[in-house]
Amino acid sequence: MKFFNHLTFGQYVPSESLVHSLDPRCKIISVLVLLTGIFVVKHPAVFALWGVLLGCITAAARLPFRLVLRSAKPVLILVLFTASIHIFFTEGDPLLQVGFIRITRQGLVMAAYMGLRLLFLVLFASFLTLTTRPMELADGLERLFSPFVRFGFPAHELAMMMTIALRFIPTLLDETDRIMRAQLARGASFDRGGLWKRLKAFLPVLIPLFVIVFQRAEDLAVAMEARCYRGGAGRTRMYPLCWEKKDTAALGAVLTLVVLLVIGDRRLFF
Amino acid sequence: MHQKTVCELRDVTYVYPGGASDDSGTPRPALRNVSFSVYEGEWLALLGSNGSGKSTLAKHLNALLVPTQGDCVVHGMSTKEEKNTFLIRSLVAMVFQNPENQIVGTVVEEDTAFGPENQGIPPEEIEARVETALKVTGLIGKRKKPTYTLSGGEKQRLAVAGALAMETPCLVLDEPTAMLDPTGRDDLLTVLGNLHAAGKTIVSITHRLEEILRCDRAVVLHAGEVVWEGSISALFLTNGSFREWGLDTPPLAAFWRDLQSENRIDLPSIPSIPGLVDALCQ
Repeated sequence: MKFFNHLTFGQYVPSESLVHSLDPRCKIISVLVLLTGIFVVKHPAVFALWGVLLGCITAAARLPFRLVLRSAKPVLILVLFTASIHIFFTEGDPLLQVGFIRITRQGLVMAAYMGLRLLFLVLFASFLTLTTRPMELADGLERLFSPFVRFGFPAHELAMMMTIALRFIPTLLDETDRIMRAQLARGASFDRGGLWKRLKAFLPVLIPLFVIVFQRAEDLAVAMEARCYRGGAGRTRMYPLCWEKKDTAALGAVLTLVVLLVIGDRRLFF
Repeated sequence: MHQKTVCELRDVTYVYPGGASDDSGTPRPALRNVSFSVYEGEWLALLGSNGSGKSTLAKHLNALLVPTQGDCVVHGMSTKEEKNTFLIRSLVAMVFQNPENQIVGTVVEEDTAFGPENQGIPPEEIEARVETALKVTGLIGKRKKPTYTLSGGEKQRLAVAGALAMETPCLVLDEPTAMLDPTGRDDLLTVLGNLHAAGKTIVSITHRLEEILRCDRAVVLHAGEVVWEGSISALFLTNGSFREWGLDTPPLAAFWRDLQSENRIDLPSIPSIPGLVDALCQ
């Protein structure tokens, strides 16, 4: 039995698609543009168009749609929590009132908007990690932040930290899984009792996990040093980033689409 | 015999900062007056039980640790001088026990390229080196695969590929087979055998005597000191010392040693199965 076999966020899925071949800087900027657009739109028809866009990008990236959807699984609780807050605490025309609990029409609409926005946010953001190797992503971020290096911004260090964090997601999930199964074998229970009892049951998982994480971090640092790592200075790349015409075209297409969707939304909503 | 020295340890003593102390409160050294040399093109086995100081010693060869006393000289450069560190690491590559903790990249080729990228090698050459290293280690078919999909044996071969791509003349492996199953271990030892045949200097750290049969020479460490140094065949003839050093004698070696003491048949120079079968059949 595996506890974490459905988590895909942060994992690169190799493919020969157009989206995979784009420059990471193009993908980072595109995703930022898309995420901004998601928070601007308000009309349900435009939300549906965002769904279509999601489908189109999934197809262009040659990724299974189910796999993309799975990326949202870890944030489903957050989505439900946000939606519930809006359902129960938004003032407006009451639809249902039971005691002090009141559900309003505006609350339901806001809950749907915020839930969808969060879902789209995670799904569009997951394209970045699903179609870009962490090393490329880190290179892209490093290059995008490079103008700030002269002001003391640690662009390379930040990028390397991110790469390593993403590289260790599957390893640490496996490790957590192993510790949980070991604790289960010793009589621990993670699904019985109240919230406090369940939280307490996780303590014997967290303590060894933290010890392992620190040990791994130290071993990795030594291994990186042994492989001549000394920061970004003098480092070359096997595949240096190269901005091509297709990157300009892709970024232009995303910008145009988002602008059109936002304009369309304004016209429909107001 | 081997002439050119790749690494030379001269009276190396190493004390871990904040490490264990003896009853009088004096810090206990992990290595004590260790002296030996590694020669070009040889496959040297560094043997010792747990806590004998093998891994500490290995880290000295790559300038990851610097002697508290004495000196470690790699290709004529002292590891004590910080300006030599980068060059020394470009000449001596290291592979550690747990492959999981040394893989940096998320994709096989990306991880293999990490070392050469740090060395500042031009992109085309990195690509060529990665291809060669992956071919040698039998991972070329998995070039584009995510590293988390590899088996334990494949991960260790990836770690070796990463070290090979740095094209260092010397390779130091710290118990590379410790976490592998028999198949993974055989695969890795075959890769190392091929590298040795191609002229690479290899230092293999282990406590499994059955893994050193293909090595040229052995150095045995016990409680931070070198207690034995010589050829592999001479090592297996050292009667009774293995237990003292915390090592197990492989049954095959014990059998070979007993046959040697009988002195009735011509035995191979090392206790290998094919050699013994040949000798017994004759």
